[in-house]
Amino acid sequence: MAEAEESPGDPGTASPRPLFAGLSDISISQDIPVEGEITIPMKSRIREFDSSTLNESVRNTIMRDLKAVGKKFMHVLYPRKSNTLLRDWDLWGPLILCVTLALMLQRDSVDSEKDGGPQFAEVFVIVWFGAVTITLNSKLLGGNISFFQSLCVLGYCILPLTVAMLICRLVLLADPGPVNFMVRLFVVIVMFAWSIVASTAFLADSQPPNRRALAVYPVFLFYFVISWMILTFTPQ
Amino acid sequence: MTMASADELTFHEFEEATNLLAETPDAATTSRSDQLTPQGHVAVAVGSGGSYGAEDEVEEESDKAALLQEKQQQQPGFWTFSYYQSFFDVDTSQVLNRIKGSLLPRPGHNFVRHHLRNRPDLYGPFWICATLAFVLAVTGNLTLVLAQRRDPSIHYSPQFHKVTVAGISIYCYAWLVPLALWGFLRWRKGVRERMGPYTFLETVCVYGYSLFVFIPMVVLWLIPVPWLQWLFGALALGLSATGLVFTLWPVVREDTRLVAMVLLSAVVLLHALLAVGCKLYFFQSLPPENVAPPPQITSRPSNIPLPPTLPQSMAPS
Repeated sequence: MAEAEESPGDPGTASPRPLFAGLSDISISQDIPVEGEITIPMKSRIREFDSSTLNESVRNTIMRDLKAVGKKFMHVLYPRKSNTLLRDWDLWGPLILCVTLALMLQRDSVDSEKDGGPQFAEVFVIVWFGAVTITLNSKLLGGNISFFQSLCVLGYCILPLTVAMLICRLVLLADPGPVNFMVRLFVVIVMFAWSIVASTAFLADSQPPNRRALAVYPVFLFYFVISWMILTFTPQ
Repeated sequence: MTMASADELTFHEFEEATNLLAETPDAATTSRSDQLTPQGHVAVAVGSGGSYGAEDEVEEESDKAALLQEKQQQQPGFWTFSYYQSFFDVDTSQVLNRIKGSLLPRPGHNFVRHHLRNRPDLYGPFWICATLAFVLAVTGNLTLVLAQRRDPSIHYSPQFHKVTVAGISIYCYAWLVPLALWGFLRWRKGVRERMGPYTFLETVCVYGYSLFVFIPMVVLWLIPVPWLQWLFGALALGLSATGLVFTLWPVVREDTRLVAMVLLSAVVLLHALLAVGCKLYFFQSLPPENVAPPPQITSRPSNIPLPPTLPQSMAPS
């Protein structure tokens, strides 16, 4: 404020201009308030928004992200052509699903034989590098979907297979037998088809029509490998 | 020289096209037929002689070369994304067409000239290798499951490490062997007059698409009858190796006979090694604890007289 008063004053003393001539005659009485905020009303709104996400409770932040993830889960479970997964992509959902799947699929640490099922790191690597490879393939073929949007869709569409893994683990608690295997096979096949349908509903539109099959086939291979890992899981 | 011209003029028109493509390997082909003008045909013959009134033809050749160089300069650098996008510039129908061409090799039709038409792609080789690696691991595991159903004393395990082994071996074969072959063909380039060597990508393409026939072969190997398995293996290997030989023959035919024979037999041998290696590594079942036979043929449990414990232990673990 002091600078603001001085700077018009200086040109007044150095080279007097008619604009600032009468400035030195102004006397400040004590009942005119001279302090306040020089802000545009819109800017103050934005500042309030920023401070609100910074100062809000942790519970609010987590609940907002969880609600976004949950909304996308619903979109995967009831796939219809919508842009929600693509527009507001996030990678929390895929991370949660991948970690859950890898935790359930990893072989026992007690079992030290080489022939066992996949380790946690192997499942993680297959899911993420598989998704990255499919995304690169889709972009190289000329699709107009962004890198993280594609990762988001592929990761979220693992949800049916994670549900299948949960069901398989529950079914394996019962006594083993051919019926057990048939039930698991049926569940895995249904969830595999669900994953393919869900991801195709989101991804197919981004490719030109004469290359759609080329872009969808790697997705099929990816979910087939994950389904195979789920189906061959045997608790030791 | 006139004898040569008579021979040249009696060529079938399609061979003119392949020769033209061989002389200008950097030209991308279109489906127009006016590229196969008689002028182009004469330009091919000029290379070995020069008594056809060479001035006009030389000028046309240099014009064509300048045009090709212009096309080459427009190619983006290898650090840009669009450079790699040019290798995926295929449609579904084109990929299916190339797969069909590799499944049914015909003596006159060179895979590179006839199907690739100077536009090799990387989609086919990459995803065919990935599919083959996963199918190998999955069917190998399935064989173990089926063997365990017949003989419950075999210990079943998911054998996930076989996925890694399959992936690494298939990808190494499909990329290192074409590299060696390409290098060798370029080294021998000086001996050949007419046909330029294939580019590295075309060689990779040929090998990648030739591996496609192994995929149904591996799936059919689930049938646990050993002579049928060897029959399928021989059939698939024959188809695949024939395709490779027909593709490589026009390039090596001008070389010395010794080099040509050695090269072709090395190619076929490596291919056979891959097939046999897959059979022996992925389709063996673990021996049961009470009998220790050679673990190579999956129908072994039915041949060896085991004690009659089968009916009561049919439930697998």
